[in-house]
Amino acid sequence: MSRGITGFGAYIPQGRLQRSEIAGANAWFDASLKGLGRGERSMCNWDEDVITMGVEAAGDCLAGFDGHAPPALYFASTTFPFLDRQNSVVLLEALNLPRQTLAVDVGASQRAGTSSLLALLRGAGDGMVVASEHRRAKAGSRGEMLWGDAAAAVTTGGGSVIAEFLGGQSLAADFVDHYRGGEFDYDWEERWIRDEGYLKIIPEVVAGLLANCKVGAADIAHFILPTEQARAPGAVAKQLGIAPGAIVDNQTATVGVAGAAQPLLLLAAALESAKPGELILLTGFGQGCDALLFRVTDAIGGFRPARGVSGALAARREERNYAKFLAFNDLVERDTGKRGETDRQTYLSGYNRRRDLVTSFLGGKCRECGTVQIPREKYCVNPECHALDSQDPHPFADKRGEVLTWTADRLTFDPSPPAYFGMVRFDGGGKLMMDFTEVDEGGIESGSRISMHFRVRQYDPQRGFRKYFWKAKILREPAPAG
Amino acid sequence: MAQGIKDKVAILGMGCSKFGERWDASPADLMVEAFEECLADAGIEREVIEAAWFGAGIDAFHVGASAMPMAIALRLNYIPVTKVENMCATGTEAFRGAVYAVASGACDIALALGVEKLKDTGYGGLPQRSRGVENDMYWPNLSAPGAFAQLATGYRARHRVNKRDLKRAMAHVSVKSHANGAKNPKAHLRREITEQQAMEAPFVAEPIGLYDCCGVSDGSACAIVTTPEIARSLGKDHLVAVKALQLAVSNGTESSHESWDGSYLKTTRIAARRAYDEAGVRKPTEEISMTEVHDCFSITELVTMEDLQLAGEGEAVTAVLDGEFDAEGKLPCQIDGGLKCFGHPIGASGLRMIYENYLQLQGRAGARQLTNPKLGLNHNLGGFPHQNICSISMIGHM
Repeated sequence: MSRGITGFGAYIPQGRLQRSEIAGANAWFDASLKGLGRGERSMCNWDEDVITMGVEAAGDCLAGFDGHAPPALYFASTTFPFLDRQNSVVLLEALNLPRQTLAVDVGASQRAGTSSLLALLRGAGDGMVVASEHRRAKAGSRGEMLWGDAAAAVTTGGGSVIAEFLGGQSLAADFVDHYRGGEFDYDWEERWIRDEGYLKIIPEVVAGLLANCKVGAADIAHFILPTEQARAPGAVAKQLGIAPGAIVDNQTATVGVAGAAQPLLLLAAALESAKPGELILLTGFGQGCDALLFRVTDAIGGFRPARGVSGALAARREERNYAKFLAFNDLVERDTGKRGETDRQTYLSGYNRRRDLVTSFLGGKCRECGTVQIPREKYCVNPECHALDSQDPHPFADKRGEVLTWTADRLTFDPSPPAYFGMVRFDGGGKLMMDFTEVDEGGIESGSRISMHFRVRQYDPQRGFRKYFWKAKILREPAPAG
Repeated sequence: MAQGIKDKVAILGMGCSKFGERWDASPADLMVEAFEECLADAGIEREVIEAAWFGAGIDAFHVGASAMPMAIALRLNYIPVTKVENMCATGTEAFRGAVYAVASGACDIALALGVEKLKDTGYGGLPQRSRGVENDMYWPNLSAPGAFAQLATGYRARHRVNKRDLKRAMAHVSVKSHANGAKNPKAHLRREITEQQAMEAPFVAEPIGLYDCCGVSDGSACAIVTTPEIARSLGKDHLVAVKALQLAVSNGTESSHESWDGSYLKTTRIAARRAYDEAGVRKPTEEISMTEVHDCFSITELVTMEDLQLAGEGEAVTAVLDGEFDAEGKLPCQIDGGLKCFGHPIGASGLRMIYENYLQLQGRAGARQLTNPKLGLNHNLGGFPHQNICSISMIGHM
């Protein structure tokens, strides 16, 4: 039975910082930035991080299935919010996946995503890899210019695969093109990385893989080499004999390079346009190289993510405020006002009691009267019922609904004022006073349609903790009929 | 069968401090200021007070926990003192404790005092604070104006009022209260404003602007209550008696059940019905002489007029703009300036409202005295439109 990719999904934050703004603010120091000052890069909103983007990408992918629960979940990133609190388990609970799922965090390499995928495909084969990245770069650095924030997800398995796994190869080499030993990356000269790294390490691995699979380089239809070096993929392709037209664009003009998420993001982009029979060569570079070869199958036409890379690219909001980017990435010490000084301790025992609500966004459905409600309390909320312990857990994360009441609060502390919040009513029942995210001024009204999104609710810098909860986002869709 | 509180308890005396930014006054100073006026008005010594109820809303920040801050400040004679807190209904809650104690026969003379020291935060508005271990995990970080702005959008959606008309009516509410407050020497804000100023002020929480918000003030108010018989034996005539004391507390229906649409205060409607029954009021607009309602924000006052049955449903905008609740209107509201201008030291507000109606009923309200009032209604709302505590008290002549 063939084994391979069964689905894919992606997420790119809506905010797209205009590179001309970065260049304009920093060229006084480094005039070479002017040459990079074109296009835009994705930027996480203040309430987005690796986990929240991962939830979005995984949800995008899983929407293409009906109730699919992968038995293994690999989460790849070099920028996990927690060094020791398993990020993949937070992801798993936010996705409401079964607790029996094997959850694994993979980090410390730009190859985290490709190595996870290789491990899955070489092993039992059935699972999911989510790769997500939100790298911080020093103000005015090339990384700030060229990187972006994004996440991608890929499911693997047997049976009806959309891209058959033909083989994979890996090579370990402590070639230190860059490293992150502290807060920020430190890198070496680009030309050296290209000549001694890309052009020596990648061809060696790819040539071996192609020989093993008995595939000619000229037959590759999609060649993925994640890098912020614009000319490197072309140089490597030329050396290997891969057609220039096969190179998958690194999307530096629209997203920026998304670190450990970049290989899977480009794989998702390639799968979106790939035709049956086409070969996809995926590489990942970092202290060595991973190479994976896939053949697209006829089943490709039967899979559609909820939004995909093209949908995520299109859902953009132009950002021209570089100061906001610096603030969101904690690159400048902002005055929060005295209201921002309050203690934001999370009481972990209390959190543990409410995990089903806070992370999995489970409410209740009353067995006695059928009332759907959130939060789930001991007594049913229906005034005609009030039955005790009568509610089964009921998921709200995939629900849509409408705004009942709202405001834009400029008094309360919010990292990006005004704070939008209000009462929402869910389709099929349930009501909750909750935060809104990604609201455009004038873009919200009673009756506006909404969807639910896992976001950061609050940071506790004093203790290095962050709280997550679900927020409502305005949908550009009309109310359902009836 | 319970008979209700009507005419069982009389107010022996009341006191109220000056409200405002009392930078130089401690909570104890404010309490003593109100208490001294109250003792003098009652004509008694503190030693005859047998029990006391002490209200402070955000005590952990300001006064400190327990009943001791009041017992110490007033040098009460080791009597039972009970601390109460029920958000913005705290003052009325203290009053309720004292009134019920007298009505039960447990004591003859009881004291209720509310105080709040809000201006020790270092910034405007109410203090940013925790909502509790579990609530802090998922509640929006809502400010008071943010919470009550919801009422405006809910009301607008329900009654299909356009933004500008509603905002104009909200502005009228505030202009009226500023005009009233200007005549009150104890009020925090004593400057008249124009409708244009109110309309054009920057948003605090859309559509609530600066002038839609009440004052955040320091202050204290108190009452000494007894039976009508004892009041008369102490030489009092023209007694002002308690006619109704009601409280309705949200049970989660508004916040989690679809039966509430966010356009009105469910608790106010319930408490008002009970209070009118208790006081024997059948036609509120004809029998009530004046109201002090919880105008924490202009929109709250506007919607409350409907919830108290003082305006028809969906008709408050017109009623407000027609001046029905102005000082010269059919049913004056916030004749003392209200929370808007008298100010809103949370724990004191309920008692401050009773204080104004008490003065009015005794003809002692000076420049703002209404003609021959008979029955006053006081209304407090603690919390948010989607979950709150509503208290209603009514006082009138015996």
